[in-house]
This record gives sequence, structure tokens and C-alpha cells, in this order.
Amino acid sequence: MKVAITSTGNTIDSRLDSRFGRCSFFVIYNTDSKSVEFIPNPNKDNLEGAGPASVQLVASLGVKLVVSGEFGAKVKSVFDSLQIQLVMIPDENKTIVTIMEMLDHKNE
Amino acid sequence: MSRPKRIRKMTNPPNFRGFRPMGLSRENNPVVMNYEEYEAIRLSDFELNSQKEAAQAMNVSRPTFTRIYESARRKVAQAFVLGSPIVFEGGKVYFDSDWYYCHTCGCWFDRPDKEKELKCCILCGSSEIEQYKGDSEPKVKEDVCICPVCGKEKIHSDGVPCHQEICPDCNCRMIRKGSPKNKFYQK
Ligand SMILES: [Zn+2]
Ligand SMILES: [Zn+2]
Repeated sequence: MKVAITSTGNTIDSRLDSRFGRCSFFVIYNTDSKSVEFIPNPNKDNLEGAGPASVQLVASLGVKLVVSGEFGAKVKSVFDSLQIQLVMIPDENKTIVTIMEMLDHKNE
Repeated sequence: MSRPKRIRKMTNPPNFRGFRPMGLSRENNPVVMNYEEYEAIRLSDFELNSQKEAAQAMNVSRPTFTRIYESARRKVAQAFVLGSPIVFEGGKVYFDSDWYYCHTCGCWFDRPDKEKELKCCILCGSSEIEQYKGDSEPKVKEDVCICPVCGKEKIHSDGVPCHQEICPDCNCRMIRKGSPKNKFYQK
């Protein structure tokens, strides 16, 4: 399964970016192949529509699960219609690698 | 007798349970902010929606929204000035999809596929999860049409009289479940 995690930087030691639409990077983590890819968020500085544009971006990559700190109402309804599952982590100090490890725990 | 309160819609629950002021030697009584008040501030002052858009998002009238919003702001001001903690709690709300809270890792996650039951945390795999609800029943009960012959049920579509629905299994006309007519058919 492909998971998108919002990240403040482009290494796995970067922290979770708490806002979805305007995060710095999307980490695309494939839980099956364990591959990791960092994609700079082109919508980061958009005045409007950063949320929906970011939804389209992660959806086009085949992501089934998105991990971030918060999801707005507009974003939420688009994700729902695309049947993409959402995870909110209230802790901004969590690093990307920690989140990846948590995701891996699942199949133990 | 007071009128029953309409259930308000929320996008997601706040992913933490409140606030605490800094630097007080003893804790004041908390201000209890209910979920609809939290949602009003989130939609207006955080997402910068107009009051009209926010009212629509919560499925309430504009004057009702204004009332909730004013009450929310008074509570924030009270907590801010008096140094009271804020606790999020209660209110007649439902979330626009099912949300779960994981007691092990503290994350929140939703369930886009209503058919699939969730047994463990999508993030950490823990089974210590709790479905998150407002104070009220989470959903307004849906109307259901039923076939009087074979008992096949389907969700009533608004604006289509039930008897215009044809049972997909036995081609009979359907009726509204729970109508006196339906009781007649049940032995
Ligand atoms: Zn968990
Ligand atoms: Zn019907």
C-alpha cells in the first residue's frame, strides 16, 4: 500500500508537517516494497486551493492512506469521495522514520 | 418543553482534548467548549470560511451558526483572560465519517469504507482503539424501503415515492419500512 506522509523536510529524520495542503514535502512510502520517495509540494505557497490541489497530487500517485496533523473540511470531503483513508497525528515532533516504523508494525 | 436540538455536522474531531494556561500556581475551573463551538471557530477563524459557508458545512441555519460562534468566542475570551483551561466535550454532533482514536499511539483515523469494520489502529496496529462519537447517536436514522414479499431492503431515495421502487429480487413494488402498511404484511 502506498502511504503519503506530510513532511517538513526531505529526509526521513524530518518531522511531520502538521498541515496537509501547505506541507513542504510529501513522503510517499510503499509499505510493501519499502521504497521511499520525497516529493516537494508544488502547492505549498498557493494563496488558494492548496488543499484540493494537494489531494489531486497524492491521489494521482495511487496513495490509499494519508498521514498528517490536520485536514480541512474541503480536503476531507474530496478524500472521502476518493475513498482515501486519513490519519491525524497530534504530535508535531514525530519524525518520518518513526511514522514509517509505526506503519510497519501492523503486519507483525 | 424545549425543542430537540438539531444534530450538527463536523468534519473531524479535534485531535487533542483541550488547553491549559501556563504559569498558574493552581488550576482554575475549566471552560467546557462543546464540539460544535470548536467547529464554529475552526471553520470561521482557521479555515476562513464565511459565516454562510460555515453554517452550510455544519448543516445549521445562519442565525444558529452565529449563536454557536458567539458562544464559542465568549468561552475563548473567558479562558484567555481568566487563565482557565479549556476542555472539549459534548454537544449534539456527528462526524461526516466514522473516526477512531488509538489509545496506544494517540492518533485519529477515519474509515472511508463503511462496509469494512476496523479492529486495529491503521498506524501502529494496536487493537486499543475506540470509535469516536459525539454525545448523540452518530447518524440520523435513514429511511428504508422494504419489499413486502421477500423482505429485501434498500435505502429510501429522497423524492422518490417508495412504491415507485421495484424490488430487484422479485419485481414487486416496495413500501416504506416501519409504515403501518408494512406491519400488515409482517406476521
Ligand atoms: Zn495506534
Ligand atoms: Zn422509499
